[in-house]
Amino acid sequence: MKNKEKLGLLNIDSTLYKTRISRKFEARTPYKAGNPKYILSFIPGTVLDILVKTGQSVRKGDDLMLLDAMKMQNQLKSTIDGEVKKIPVKKGDKVSKGTVLMILK
Amino acid sequence: MAIKSKIRELQEKREKLLLGGGEQAIEKQKALGKRTARERIMSLLDADSFNEYDLFVEHDARDFDMDKKSLPSDGVIIGSGTIYGAPVAIFAQDFTVAGGSLGLMHSRKITKIMDHALKMRMPLIGINDSGGARIQEGVNSLAGYGEIFFRNTISSGVIPQISVILGPCAGGAVYSPALTDFVFVVDNISKMFITGPEVIKTVLGEEISMEDLGGARVHSEITGNAHFFASSEEECFEQIKKLITFIPWNNGQKARPFEPGEPLKRYNINKIVPDDPTLPYDVKDVIRAIVDNSDFFEVMEYYARNIVIGFGRMGGRTIGFVANQPLEMAGVLDVDSSDKAARFIRYCDAFNIPLITLVDLPGYMPGVDQEHAGVIRHGAKVLYAYSEATVPKLTVILRKAYGGGYIAMSSRHLRADFVFAWPAAEIAVMGPEGAANIIFRKEIMSSDDPDGTRKQKIEEYKQKFANPYVAASRGYVDAVIEPAETRKFLLHSLSVSENKSIQMPEKKHGLPPF
Repeated sequence: MKNKEKLGLLNIDSTLYKTRISRKFEARTPYKAGNPKYILSFIPGTVLDILVKTGQSVRKGDDLMLLDAMKMQNQLKSTIDGEVKKIPVKKGDKVSKGTVLMILK
Repeated sequence: MAIKSKIRELQEKREKLLLGGGEQAIEKQKALGKRTARERIMSLLDADSFNEYDLFVEHDARDFDMDKKSLPSDGVIIGSGTIYGAPVAIFAQDFTVAGGSLGLMHSRKITKIMDHALKMRMPLIGINDSGGARIQEGVNSLAGYGEIFFRNTISSGVIPQISVILGPCAGGAVYSPALTDFVFVVDNISKMFITGPEVIKTVLGEEISMEDLGGARVHSEITGNAHFFASSEEECFEQIKKLITFIPWNNGQKARPFEPGEPLKRYNINKIVPDDPTLPYDVKDVIRAIVDNSDFFEVMEYYARNIVIGFGRMGGRTIGFVANQPLEMAGVLDVDSSDKAARFIRYCDAFNIPLITLVDLPGYMPGVDQEHAGVIRHGAKVLYAYSEATVPKLTVILRKAYGGGYIAMSSRHLRADFVFAWPAAEIAVMGPEGAANIIFRKEIMSSDDPDGTRKQKIEEYKQKFANPYVAASRGYVDAVIEPAETRKFLLHSLSVSENKSIQMPEKKHGLPPF
């Protein structure tokens, strides 16, 4: 298990250090702030049922969708008062974690 | 005449049991590139030193036709022996017998040898090669695991506990190794996980091979569950034997002394560390330039490489080394390296092994991922471990020691016994660039030539603070020494620390941030 990483530069407190950059650091996902208008799957699973239609107005806390994961039915609720703009998935779809399930406006 | 036939009867019974699961199962084991449990014990222990116990143990399970099945020695071999003359208690699960599955009597044998090891104050070695719980024995099998975990915990810090993963070790079974001091894994043979690839596929739809999920490389490089990685069982046994020479038999003793030896000439301590604090070098070469015979035995070589931990000897005595590694991620402290160092510091403290800390770090790692992964509580483990350690603590600041990193790395303030600094050491709240940007922000911004002013201010700061003398003037550093004097100063400090005695306030136990 040799370390094949090449030397790169790492900035700590405005100083650039010449050093090997770890694979873990290279592979980290840059942070993005969450958008309440995007309903994402918080776990991989299967879309069991979609309870609203495009264009339908919803209130915060309304049930939007049922996601079957880890042998549990998870209710996904609306995070805002608004309207369903788009539903990129359909009933029965298998989705991975972080998939956009619904967009509100 | 009667006794002769009885002896023959014993010999025959033994011979049959010594074959474990039988020739067919042994062939299968060999085809996987694995040795049998008995061969493993024989190659690990000194020749003819193994005394086996409980060879004749049998299970008494009744359900699922178990009453018709005979499982030789119930799938595990226990006993005691020696390694280079050091006494060890050992158990080895026998995969050729019912897949090494753990039933009630199997676990009773393991807990018997664990109790024996604790009572006799000798190291315990467990060789794990098991398909998991023996389902037919139901809750008895779970009880067995629980009693093993309990004993691992009670023995922790009293006797050294070593786990060797030479086959599958899955589900609840993984928690015994996780509770022990050192875990050894072998490429393509060791497999450890809580839930296997099949369950993950069914429940989460993610496909992954057993090797990528919980193979030896994964646990050595990514999870930090393993401490030693080998490419063969033979190499693994050599590593275990070497470790045994570095550690004491129990927490009431010191490790056995060796014949002292000088470091090799090849490691020239004057030429390893570049002057420029932003340039990398391999801190293991500094350790090799200090320790007897340049023999450094690294622990967790592939995990969180930005910190180096391991054993070496000085004047024949075992020392635990903790060193920032400027070659990897500039030697920063982060979640993983803090975790790695803190556990090792506590190990050395529990087993009377003096600590030498080599410092060269720019501070803690910035980043959302670090903050969200809890770098606050993980970083605090290092402070906690150094502060509570009562073994001799020696510190050498090789180059930079900035900010919180300076405090954490066995500083005077955490009650280090001796703190030395090399002449090029920079002990400061942060690097000159960062500090100048903050202290002289107004001057730099209002200047006609901001870049020129910045450079000038950085230089000013460097002259004034980027040295060891400010800290030395406060007594935070005991002596500024030449690199070539390092071994001499450390040997002297160790010899005057032999009878170190510190009183800690009475308490049940502290609350380290884990």
